[in-house]
Amino acid sequence: MSRIDKCFENLRAKKDKALVCFLTAGDPDLRTTAEVVREIICAGADIVELGVPFSEPMADGPSIQSATYRALQSGTTVGGVLETVKIIRTFPEQVVRDAPVVLMTYFNQLNKYGIQRFARDAANAGIDGVLLTDLPPEEAAEWLEVSKKVELASIMLVAPTSTKDRIEVAANMGSGFIYCVSRLGVTGERSDVPVELQELVTTIKSTTDLPVVVGFGISKPEHVKTITQFADGAVVGSALVNIIAQSAKPGLLRCAGQFVKELKAGINRQE
Amino acid sequence: MSTKQITGPDALGHFGMYGGRYVPEILIPALNELAENYNKYRSDKDFIAELDYYLRDYVGRPTPLYYAERMTQQLGGAKIYLKREDLCHTGAHKLNNVMGQILLARRMGKPRVIAETGAGQHGVATATACALFGLKCQVFMGVEDMERQALNVFRMRLLGAEVIPVSSGTQTLKDATSEAIRDWVTNVSDTHYIIGSVVGPHPYPMMVRDFQSVIGRETKKQILEKEGRLPDCVLACVGGGSNAMGIFSAFVPDEEVELIGAEAAGEGTDTDRHCATLTMGSPGVLHGSMSMLLQDDDGQVQLTHSISAGLDYPGVGPEHSYFQEIGRASYVSITDAQALEAFRYLSQTEGLIPALESAHAVAHGMQLAPTLGKNSVMIICLSGRGDKDVHTVAKCPEAVS
Repeated sequence: MSRIDKCFENLRAKKDKALVCFLTAGDPDLRTTAEVVREIICAGADIVELGVPFSEPMADGPSIQSATYRALQSGTTVGGVLETVKIIRTFPEQVVRDAPVVLMTYFNQLNKYGIQRFARDAANAGIDGVLLTDLPPEEAAEWLEVSKKVELASIMLVAPTSTKDRIEVAANMGSGFIYCVSRLGVTGERSDVPVELQELVTTIKSTTDLPVVVGFGISKPEHVKTITQFADGAVVGSALVNIIAQSAKPGLLRCAGQFVKELKAGINRQE
Repeated sequence: MSTKQITGPDALGHFGMYGGRYVPEILIPALNELAENYNKYRSDKDFIAELDYYLRDYVGRPTPLYYAERMTQQLGGAKIYLKREDLCHTGAHKLNNVMGQILLARRMGKPRVIAETGAGQHGVATATACALFGLKCQVFMGVEDMERQALNVFRMRLLGAEVIPVSSGTQTLKDATSEAIRDWVTNVSDTHYIIGSVVGPHPYPMMVRDFQSVIGRETKKQILEKEGRLPDCVLACVGGGSNAMGIFSAFVPDEEVELIGAEAAGEGTDTDRHCATLTMGSPGVLHGSMSMLLQDDDGQVQLTHSISAGLDYPGVGPEHSYFQEIGRASYVSITDAQALEAFRYLSQTEGLIPALESAHAVAHGMQLAPTLGKNSVMIICLSGRGDKDVHTVAKCPEAVS
């Protein structure tokens, strides 16, 4: 069983939901990224999503754009991110070694690296899945075939604009979990959770047995609480990225860990 | 004459391995809606009649095909004709596409329009059409481009558009495009995004080509009237490549007509300051389609440079990549210095001040014409006029001798 499947199975058994934490790999540098990942998993993050920095982050808001810029300035490469995940897999804590790590990026980086080579190297590095912001089902066939061979999950995105037909296509093509985009727009902190979201998640769940996690605009424990009442998990990205950006280096790990603890405490446990 | 039709793209917008739709899921339904509406209206009599009306009475079409007699005599080779897109309203070919898209946006009931702009020509064309139809218009423009094209910024504001400065990345056209996409992702329900070139996700490369194909249709008719035969070669500058695709499209089935695109070599393709995508790039994905792309080994998009803001872009339209691959068109690169020389030459020889973009095509024509016999016919697309560039050129004293 894959680390992702096992993770959701364990959560279900505990009547718990997934806290998915996103951070940009290489911000401020890859060594710090490895330490932050370790810290936030120990603090309660169930799944880690690492953004591989791409120079043209067209689906990202200002926070992740800035993080991307810092990561590229520090010399982060695709190969460097894969090496960092290898390091994460050697940390002594079992929980860190067992936590699913997925990459989130844009298709050009994979294409340039070579998609077969990328799939193989990612799987060997201990990466569990890949989420490609700009690879809709129409263009995904080749990547799905390649990633399936190495048992790398292809996490498909569903948006508020997706029709029922498209939700079905994404559900049939995808593996690991479905990433539901909470609202129109780019990544970034928002003050509320859209009211129509529950209906969208319900529609997706009626279409697939895959877990559904919700991302975009989720920044507070209250948001996590609301969303995990109806979804299998919540993704927090920009808010964590902002904490990493704003914290002085010595206190960075503590600040990130503390924030993740608060987010995890927001999860709606059905007990 | 060959009867081959332009084929492509396929239903999902692929020209061979290029094109397609590499965009966030959020946008796919809007692209489907746009493609459906475009397919419906492209053959709709009322739509065609309305577009023809505005192209004729507002844009000023047909534009002349002018015989550049002094240039022809001085260069001593091919007979040179210039397709005078510089005479279009707003000073460039850009309004051909904008007119088509704005009539489509109105039929789709979109009250708000956004656009990206590099040199400002597409932004001005969009602001113009929005003023004409009373639509709300926001134009994204890189801060660096706003400085070097200050006149066009003023024109857009005068026309009632809001110019939104983009200070991310390199502060040029590619960043303005990314920012326009971010806006569209957020406001997709009430907004139409008018892409200004044959780039972006399907159906844009096809649709913009079709709206610009009026250039080629007119040119073909005019050269047959004037010369009784097809030209030997057709030259156009290529940034994204919309004027080139517009003039090439009519001649694509005529295999004896050589199609040549002139890219910007900036300070030279042996330096890292150029934007000769088809000459120096490799396949990649930028702004929604697969095409040739200037990128490093890690897939990061490279910084580009051209004296001409309208060519300063690391990507290119997917159909150009396809034409290069199948050998239907060839692409050369022209340096800043060569473009400046052509800018001066055309001004002083024909009294036509070309846009710096168009000067790249003129520069290649100046090299090529003397190598061709006097019986050959060359057409250069003069895609825009150069008033907007006078300020830039004035900073390069060697250009005005």
